[in-house]
Amino acid sequence: MRAAPVNTIESTVTTTVTDTIPTPVPSAAGDHRLSELDVLESEAIHIIREVVAEFERPVLLFSGGKDSVVVLHLAAKAFWPGKIPFSLLHVDTGHNFPEVLEFRDETVARHGVRLTVARVEDYLADGRLTERADGTRNPLQTLPLLDAIAAGRHDAVFGGARRDEDKARAKERILSLRDEFGQWDPRNQRPELWNLYNGRHTVGQHVRAFPISNWTELNVWRYIERENIELPPLYYAHEREVYRRDNMWRAVSPVSPAREDETVELRTVRYRTVGDMSCTGAVDSDAASVADVVREVGVSTITERGATRADDRISEAAMEDRKKEGYF
Amino acid sequence: MTLVTDTPAPFPTTEAPLISEVPRGTLFRFATAGSVDDGKSTLVGRLLHDSKAILADQLEAVTRTSSERGFGGAAGGIDFALLTDGLRAEREQGITIDVAYRYFATAARSFILADCPGHVQYTRNMVTGATTADAVIMLIDARKGVLEQTRRHLSVVALLRVPHVIVAVNKIDLLQYDELAYREVEASVRQVAAELGIGADGRGSDGRGSLHVIPVSALVGDNVVDRSPLTPWYDGPSLLELLEALTVIDDLDENGRATEDFRLPVQLVLRPQGAVVVDPELADSFRDYRAYAGQVASGSIRVGDAVTVQPGGGTSVVTGIDFAGVELDEAFAPQSVALRLADELDIARGAVIAAAGTLPGVTRSLDAELFWLDPRPLAAGARVLVKFGTTVVQALVAEVTGRLDLTTLAVQPATTLAVNDIGQASIRLSRDLPIERYADNRRSGAFLVIHPQDGSTLAAGIVTVPGPLTGAGDGSGAGSEVSP
Repeated sequence: MRAAPVNTIESTVTTTVTDTIPTPVPSAAGDHRLSELDVLESEAIHIIREVVAEFERPVLLFSGGKDSVVVLHLAAKAFWPGKIPFSLLHVDTGHNFPEVLEFRDETVARHGVRLTVARVEDYLADGRLTERADGTRNPLQTLPLLDAIAAGRHDAVFGGARRDEDKARAKERILSLRDEFGQWDPRNQRPELWNLYNGRHTVGQHVRAFPISNWTELNVWRYIERENIELPPLYYAHEREVYRRDNMWRAVSPVSPAREDETVELRTVRYRTVGDMSCTGAVDSDAASVADVVREVGVSTITERGATRADDRISEAAMEDRKKEGYF
Repeated sequence: MTLVTDTPAPFPTTEAPLISEVPRGTLFRFATAGSVDDGKSTLVGRLLHDSKAILADQLEAVTRTSSERGFGGAAGGIDFALLTDGLRAEREQGITIDVAYRYFATAARSFILADCPGHVQYTRNMVTGATTADAVIMLIDARKGVLEQTRRHLSVVALLRVPHVIVAVNKIDLLQYDELAYREVEASVRQVAAELGIGADGRGSDGRGSLHVIPVSALVGDNVVDRSPLTPWYDGPSLLELLEALTVIDDLDENGRATEDFRLPVQLVLRPQGAVVVDPELADSFRDYRAYAGQVASGSIRVGDAVTVQPGGGTSVVTGIDFAGVELDEAFAPQSVALRLADELDIARGAVIAAAGTLPGVTRSLDAELFWLDPRPLAAGARVLVKFGTTVVQALVAEVTGRLDLTTLAVQPATTLAVNDIGQASIRLSRDLPIERYADNRRSGAFLVIHPQDGSTLAAGIVTVPGPLTGAGDGSGAGSEVSP
């Protein structure tokens, strides 16, 4: 690994960038203290810059979900006035919400970065993967993800995972070493000391980097509010045909039809997380604006994954098991 | 913070942040140390539970699992350890393997809690938690008093200069809230802390941090969130009140000045050479843009201030401080900014930009305290890599000179260090580096020891004595052989 001046990094920019960053005034006043968001923002920018400086071919996993949108925004700030010096990768399960894919493509165009899409459906079509009995495709993302990392020769992969999401993620490092099978070994993690990140790895290994590890769901929403960051519309209250399953509101869609014994109703809902249509649930909400959502999250008594992800309810260690296999 | 207005901001500036209800200066990082037997998980669970940080679905899951396992403790039948033990092996074996991070907030500030397990790999976990902590809470069992583990943990936090050390004397309910019994434990805590140089007031003697001793019962909740009526003889704050009031690392001293000199390790040079994201009409003015990106490690800097850059010893003046399109007139730790300088100096990743006159030169050797974290032992002659700030260089461990006896706290002669040892070594560097005593600067004086082949982090290091200066540091490695 060597230090690479930013101007030597291969350009992945394909279009001209216009305005992408509304710039807030850092809120510190005479007392020299930074707000919580300012501290978290500077920490994340430091991590993103370290990874870009120390790795040859970083890539950002970008789904159009709020956490990856925030990481993209932070990357744009980290390299201003230059362009974001890495490309984006999305593993498309084929069950994504169409409005999220539309938002994804618009955002990529606005930032002028290159996006590679790895499709689970290609793997299903040629038999490298088979559909699960429960219909969820979240666990199926791992193989296309690892293949795409190998094909792109990416030695570092940025993700928007946060430690407050799940008990297994609470033990994840900011820079997390993965072997050639993408596996996470929670019992053998490098100690993370001061803000000195050790990204050294050998051939075949890669590093997952999580710049917003220390952010909570509420931090993310307050930052989206402060920075005027645009999100897919389904994060805000809207009317949708839903039915009740596993104690969640599930959207009626071609990939997640209601069963005969389930009653479809029109409700005002929003999504707290955006993943597969087949396993992501909506919550009852009137929060139509970012300020409403900040208020709602601030008083919520349920975690976002607990409220909206069927796949994490399969067992107490569902996320841990997926992570060990190379999932984020 | 005011904006410099004579240069147009390339992006439209929004109104002031919309988070006025959020208190400022509010992110406080602390670590907890101690073993399950001392009631650490219960304390952490109590802190999270009583500050309403545990959400309903988490509580439901933990309550369900607690009852499935027949946990009938006095804490309402909830095994709080299940909240922090996130991995399958941890829950199955009833142990905590790795540092877990938890997040909660009160009306006063937000907290990041690094929960460090006590039994397995205790040095590794303690060091990990303590290097980023504003405070460490050390738990001891009031019935047992100061044990060897307490001395070990206190040694680590003393050496790492954690700003605040809180000793929670737990299970005070089992002593029937007896003041004399508590005072005895408190006295021995203060005795050990004093031996280690952990001060009793302010930043403490030798800058090693403040010490606070609190009688608590994590199980019952005495003095955890609220002050207990059962300890009328204790007139100090509750644990949470203390956590809400302590200063954070980057706070200023009483004179309104940063407590350490300005340092910015350069992460990369921003030189977009025309490939810019600014308004096309402004693109021309960014043609020769060149700025040094990094996170302010300590202190503060203003536009117009003189700076020294090491290695090289070049001097210049700050002409601009950029934060993603906003020009600041001052930057301070821990902001991530980009500095523009008046002169074209040869500055690359690894350089340190310092307030003029505060970083006199570079050296090729150092004496250090090492926290050895790898199962493979260290002996003299080992070739390693060290990472200081944003630089990684080859290094040679010339000599292992001593090891801390964690029972007596005395340094014993030693020639090797094994996992979990804390010891002293002399290190030679392959290149000139601007390094400082950890006691003078917690960022410039801290480093990683890395295995040159497999990349493992072998040790956390802190500089005790930098070697002799090898000149102003022209980066060429000129200078005589430095003997350790």
